[in-house]
Amino acid sequence: MSLLAMAGVTAGYGGANILNGVNIEIEAHEIGVVVGPNGAGKSTTLKALFGLLTVSAGTIRFDGTDITNMAPEKLVRLGLSFVPQEFNVFPTMSVHENLEMGAYVRRDSFGHLIDQVYGFFPPLKEKRRQPAGELSGGQRQMVAIGRALMTEPKLLLLDEPTAGLSPRYMGEIFERIVAINKAGTGILMVEQNARQALALADRGFVLAGGQNRFTGTGAELLADPEVARSFLGGGE
Amino acid sequence: MTEAGLLAALPINEFVFFINKAVIAGLIIGSIYALGAVGVTLVFGILRFAHFAHGDMMTSGAFIALLLMLLAPGAGALVGLPTAFVLLPVAMLLTAGLAVVLDRWFYRPLRVANVRPVVIVMASVGVMLMMQGVIRLFAGTGTRQLYVGVKDIYRLPVGNANIVVTEPQLLLFGFTAVAIVALHLFLTRSRLGKAMRAVSDNADLARVSGISIEQVVRTTWIIAGALAAAGGTLLALDVTLKPDLSFNILLPIFAAAIVGGIGQPYGAVAGGLLVGFTETLAVFNWSILLRPLRPVLPEWIEIPNQLALVPTEYKIVVPFFILIAVLVWRPTGIFRGRLIK
Repeated sequence: MSLLAMAGVTAGYGGANILNGVNIEIEAHEIGVVVGPNGAGKSTTLKALFGLLTVSAGTIRFDGTDITNMAPEKLVRLGLSFVPQEFNVFPTMSVHENLEMGAYVRRDSFGHLIDQVYGFFPPLKEKRRQPAGELSGGQRQMVAIGRALMTEPKLLLLDEPTAGLSPRYMGEIFERIVAINKAGTGILMVEQNARQALALADRGFVLAGGQNRFTGTGAELLADPEVARSFLGGGE
Repeated sequence: MTEAGLLAALPINEFVFFINKAVIAGLIIGSIYALGAVGVTLVFGILRFAHFAHGDMMTSGAFIALLLMLLAPGAGALVGLPTAFVLLPVAMLLTAGLAVVLDRWFYRPLRVANVRPVVIVMASVGVMLMMQGVIRLFAGTGTRQLYVGVKDIYRLPVGNANIVVTEPQLLLFGFTAVAIVALHLFLTRSRLGKAMRAVSDNADLARVSGISIEQVVRTTWIIAGALAAAGGTLLALDVTLKPDLSFNILLPIFAAAIVGGIGQPYGAVAGGLLVGFTETLAVFNWSILLRPLRPVLPEWIEIPNQLALVPTEYKIVVPFFILIAVLVWRPTGIFRGRLIK
């Protein structure tokens, strides 16, 4: 049984639907990558999955439970974590406090998890007393991912984790995401930098117009000339 | 202290006069503003609206203290403090409950309906008028004493003058200091206090982290309500209890919250003291401080009897001016709070 299964999900804001029957399935410990042009519904897919948007048709199952339209606070307890694309840290709170807020639903001690996050992102350890809002874009992204890891999620949802980052940081973030996945966390991320992201993907999903266009392993999608021509910017 | 007596005395008397009429007076009103402004700024930070009924929540707290006093008149004599002060924790608790109930009845339905903030602000104006009506309905419009008997006065002799503080004023200073330290520890050390700061920083992300927004909202009202009751009761102990006790200081309280940076509790404390001191110094009669210079000044300079920057009856202009000056030149306030849009 797969860890996550979205089947025929239709959702939108108010009137018009943005998703028109999206299917996404990933197994535990896999990296899933969603790519597609602007307005394809990539971010909307994550929001619908995380209960931030009403799903009008279709079902979402996570780890054997029907989570369609479940509130985010509940999903966190089930083992899902979400890193929004923007405004994803508490700017006036220190790095350390940001991580503590990630562990808000935990009632047990979580010092070892904070150490684990500092292990994934060493720059954060030095800056732990600094307000997160004063960090650089790349470091803020590390805080955001670290916060989401504090619940020890089974599946981490990342909305464009490298958006707006310099190439140096982009590479570093991708590297860390792979390391987090190796440590046992499933990943589902939406990415603009489709080539680099698909190269890491166990499963890739190409969306357009709120529907699946291509599905396959990352390598298959990268090798598909049609995907390359339409979605990866020229058939190199 | 008569005018003639002052004139004859050494400058030390003028110094004491300054301490009494400017420093202590400023500290009193500044502490009251701070207690109110912390509540206003917390509510704004978490719920994103200006709570106009806050002044009347302070008045309600003082009336609740009066009611408790009538129920247990002997409570103060047991420990040798004013009865209203001894019963203050109960009044704070009840006012906190009132604040939670007001939110449940009037603000939460609007929040759930996802209305624009200005709609909730208008609702709070309605709640303000309603509370004023209810207080007058049950308590009338008269003036009452919350301090029973003659106030204990503490005199600290300096030269042949005295620095004078009354018992309720000392209680006010002590309480405000303790309350601010307690609030600081709560916001920086406790799980719920940190969650409040998280919601104030980024409510969407707080929700995504599994923080219950409703729980944080409830905590905010409890703190704001409790501090409002304390501010109202301590003010009424120092002066008198009237139905318009705190409505009159709503504007300086808002000025204090905005000067301090809206959403910033420490800013609200600083803003409260700043507005309180500015107001006091603006109406302070500086000519008294100039009188000792009389012998060294040439004959043709006359020291006027009144030399205040603002006549006392126009005192309310001062917070208005501070408010406008801050909004024009530094809209985020001294502690870099939110911009009010």
